[in-house]
Amino acid sequence: MSLDADTVRRVASLARIRMEPAELARMEAELNGILGWVEQLQAVPTEGVEPMAGGGAVSLRLREDAVADGGKAEAVLANAPDREGAYFGVPKVVE
Amino acid sequence: MTRPTDFTLRGALDALAAREISAEELARAHLDAIEALNPRLNAYVAVTGERALERARASDARRARGEAGPLEGVPLGIKDLFCTEGVRTTAGSRILGDFVPPYESTVTANLLRDGAVFLGKTNLDEFAMGSSNTTSAAGPVENPWNRRNDPDTRLVPGGSSGGSAAAVAARLALGATATDTGGSIRQPAAFCGIAGMKPTYGRCSRWGVVAFASSLDQAGPMARTVEDCATLLRSMSGFDPKDSTSADMPVPDFAAACGRSVKGLRIGVPCEYRLDGMPAEIEALWQQGLEWLREAGAETVEISLPHAKYALPTYYIVAPAEASSNLARYDGVRYGLRVEERDGDLQDLYERTRAAGFGAEVKRRIMIGTYVLSAGYYDAYYLKAQKVRALIKRDFDEVFAASGAKVDAIVTPATPSAAFGMDEKQDDPVAMYLNDVFTVTANLAGLPGLSVPAGLDTQGLPLGLQVIGRAFDEETVFAVGAALERAAAFEALPAVMAGKTARAAG
Amino acid sequence: MSYTVEGSTGAWEVVVGLEVHAQVVSESKLFSGAATAFGAEPNTQVSLVDAGFPGMLPVPNRECVAQAVRTGLGLGAEIHLWSRFDRKNYFYADLPQGYQISQYAHPVVGEGAVEIELADGARKRVGITRLHLEQDAGKSLHDQHPSKSYIDLNRSGVALMEIVSEPDMRSPEEAGAYLTKLRQIMRYLGTCDGNMDEGSLRADVNVSVRKPGEGFRTRCEVKNVNSIRFVMQAVEAEARRQVEVWEEGGTVRQETRLFDTARGVTRSMRSKEEAHDYRYFPDPDLPPLVLEQGWVEELKAALPELPDARRARYARDFGLSPYDAHVLVLEKETAAYFEEVAHGRDPKLAANWVMGDLFAALNRTRRGIENPPVSARDLGALLDLMGDGTLSGKLAKEVFEAMVETGQAPGAIVEERGLRQVTDTGAIEEAARAVLDGNAGKVAEYRGGKDKLFGFFVGQVMKAMAGKGNPALVNDVLKKLLG
Ligand SMILES: [Mg+2]
Ligand SMILES: [Zn+2]
Repeated sequence: MSLDADTVRRVASLARIRMEPAELARMEAELNGILGWVEQLQAVPTEGVEPMAGGGAVSLRLREDAVADGGKAEAVLANAPDREGAYFGVPKVVE
Repeated sequence: MTRPTDFTLRGALDALAAREISAEELARAHLDAIEALNPRLNAYVAVTGERALERARASDARRARGEAGPLEGVPLGIKDLFCTEGVRTTAGSRILGDFVPPYESTVTANLLRDGAVFLGKTNLDEFAMGSSNTTSAAGPVENPWNRRNDPDTRLVPGGSSGGSAAAVAARLALGATATDTGGSIRQPAAFCGIAGMKPTYGRCSRWGVVAFASSLDQAGPMARTVEDCATLLRSMSGFDPKDSTSADMPVPDFAAACGRSVKGLRIGVPCEYRLDGMPAEIEALWQQGLEWLREAGAETVEISLPHAKYALPTYYIVAPAEASSNLARYDGVRYGLRVEERDGDLQDLYERTRAAGFGAEVKRRIMIGTYVLSAGYYDAYYLKAQKVRALIKRDFDEVFAASGAKVDAIVTPATPSAAFGMDEKQDDPVAMYLNDVFTVTANLAGLPGLSVPAGLDTQGLPLGLQVIGRAFDEETVFAVGAALERAAAFEALPAVMAGKTARAAG
Repeated sequence: MSYTVEGSTGAWEVVVGLEVHAQVVSESKLFSGAATAFGAEPNTQVSLVDAGFPGMLPVPNRECVAQAVRTGLGLGAEIHLWSRFDRKNYFYADLPQGYQISQYAHPVVGEGAVEIELADGARKRVGITRLHLEQDAGKSLHDQHPSKSYIDLNRSGVALMEIVSEPDMRSPEEAGAYLTKLRQIMRYLGTCDGNMDEGSLRADVNVSVRKPGEGFRTRCEVKNVNSIRFVMQAVEAEARRQVEVWEEGGTVRQETRLFDTARGVTRSMRSKEEAHDYRYFPDPDLPPLVLEQGWVEELKAALPELPDARRARYARDFGLSPYDAHVLVLEKETAAYFEEVAHGRDPKLAANWVMGDLFAALNRTRRGIENPPVSARDLGALLDLMGDGTLSGKLAKEVFEAMVETGQAPGAIVEERGLRQVTDTGAIEEAARAVLDGNAGKVAEYRGGKDKLFGFFVGQVMKAMAGKGNPALVNDVLKKLLG
């Protein structure tokens, strides 16, 4: 499989990274290089193999239901590039 | 008297205990060394001198009260991937802007609990993505070692924990924290002639460590000796209920394991690690290492890990996939960089912020990761990689099986080459990725891996050997690593280091 | 008669499926220890996990998992002992992590069903496809600033159950009945408070239309409808729109739409127009969710009685009519009220009082059953006063009104106002003689065969006794005197 320019543009948009045409072209070449190289995996027979998702434990630990966090709006907002009082600000979103 | 920066961590603890030196003096000596050498090496992105001296004085006071912790007064470098409360944390990226975490990562909090003194934040590849520490927004780190016959070529320290490795090698810290997702502790340790341990997945909490690839990331120590790594790891690790992947396992006395005999241990030698075109001196060092272990009473056994050769391409699907999702939170809304145009919409803000905030390698991996997870490609890439990952793990399970185990540990070269020049390998991403060919299997299988400096190549650059062990059997790994270390008696020193350059300058 | 939309080409059938987002009742969030209470100051119930800070990690809440399992059991659904959290990746201003943690490939609850009742008494089974746990997003406020949206993350990370139905509903009424039933079951279970004003229950309504006998046509998803009435209106409006599109020779495009409650129409959502590619994959921060069968059994054993079972019990044990039983179990608070009143008393009488006088009083005072003007204990005491002859039915009504007004217990009102009915035959006889003496002519007519006049005498005696005479005794005495 190889990526065409349209796909690269679509992926960049999905990833929310603005790319100029020259960067898109370079990216297309690089991604095709990498994908060509990982293509070797297709040679590995994997029928009936359970995919391995996580790195560690086989099952989740569950915590007790208690309020033990929050109440720190200042800490939450302190690093905001656009703080609007008690809120984060972003350009108006139209639904 | 020993120059304070020349202490091993163990030696410093002894000297502190004997009141031969104070924590403040120790910190000051390191801060002075950093001031002298960091402008050249760029190993630290931030030096927190005032804080360090304050903590060192507090440490001296604790020791005077008889309340010394296991790392009381030990000056360390902290990879700038660990969030540190009140200290700017960048992950080597522009996108975090002036982000100052209101929290301390579990690993660094554990170190502070045990009395450590943080000198500053060490440089790294952006978001820990790289093997050369050239992708950092704070600029590249220089390896303190130089080629014997080519002393003017500046070499990379390896990555992504290149700042930590260079700092420890150049004696700008007694030890450092690091993280390893595909080799980011072991490869730079090997390039810089120091020891570095990636523990079992789940041994160190990931809470408060900026995520790269969650199922692979593990924190670990770097230091100049295996025992020092063991001492640091004991403090760094432990169960953390805030990390759902943290293992609820007792933490053994890893340093004690360094003194264990390797007599009777079976050491696996995987034939798949004998690569075409691998430099002869690396093969020779590997054979030498196996010989040392046989001399120490261990038995070496040829084993096969048939899927190991697929580890690197598997990794370059799994890690970018997870990264593409983990890095979605850097969007210019709650913290970090924001780039917006007048009258631009939210979409535009996201795209400009992320275009300006991420470097080329990070973008490349986000793009790969986004693509392999996207509709129509998931099965062919991501799901396939997960299955191959399961096979890679199964290979290890078989040789380490609880009953009828073939081997107790595996020894391989740490890297396929010694440190390379800063201008080399930069054009071809895949060529750069090959640096992790020996280390990445341990991440995919979640196993502990230790890199030990074992010799020099013909250019006088350090080379490392890697010890891989069973999950949660770091003790055997340390025992084998310490045996290699004793036999290798690695005493070569980098060209640039505290004291040495001061002398040259003086 | 089945529901259809009449178009110019004939009748169209409507096909509806619902994806309901129900907020889980829990103290803290699904993956963080921040509180879930409604109406807090902005960004005060936010942990750094909920705000997607670097290095923050999710740790799941046992109670949220238990609530999902209870709900699954209440829907008669299959509980999956092995399930998993996946990431749904998309960028949105109120989605701090850049992904929602959800259960895409392996939900904790599988197939189940609910039975709905329709106005004509018909019952119908609606299939449940699945139920999974996921995080809620934050809230965007668009009306605070001319050019900005404001983000409040208090809701971010609150646990939701997404309950997906089969496309089994065929009318607005069925969709409304289904949502009502789901809400009722969850409120009985205590797993969702069902408070639609506070956004605890929202529905994505999938609507398509077809000619009878056809397979499914393209469906549209009307997002985030937040009342049962609006769900019914949205189904109707969207079905009409689609019929028009098809009949004008057009094609219904699969898309997400919004229901404009003011105009009663659906419209396309601009922000959701871009093709989605959520790139679901297992969340590497969270190992699989593995439940023990024993734990599920414990939860099952502790489930409260559900509305269908309760309704059957009222009919079987109390002899209530199907309609009365249905009405009394609709809200679990009503059922609890009724049961307290009925306890140790005549259940039919209790049902009549609850559904009659109490419901009327609730309406009049604009109060809910959870905050009634007359407590169940007091209503029970009133019934007891009738039972022991202290109050006649008529007096009881009077006392009840006084109870609504004053909030006092019935005993106190009876004492204070001297409303105790007169059971002293002597006093009754005295009053009766006076009435008969004063109406000699009517007495003669009665004795002459005009039986109807008996009621007149009863009325006069009661009037003379200010309504406090025991009606049965008044009858007896009059019969004797006139006999
Ligand atoms: Mg939906
Ligand atoms: Zn949902």
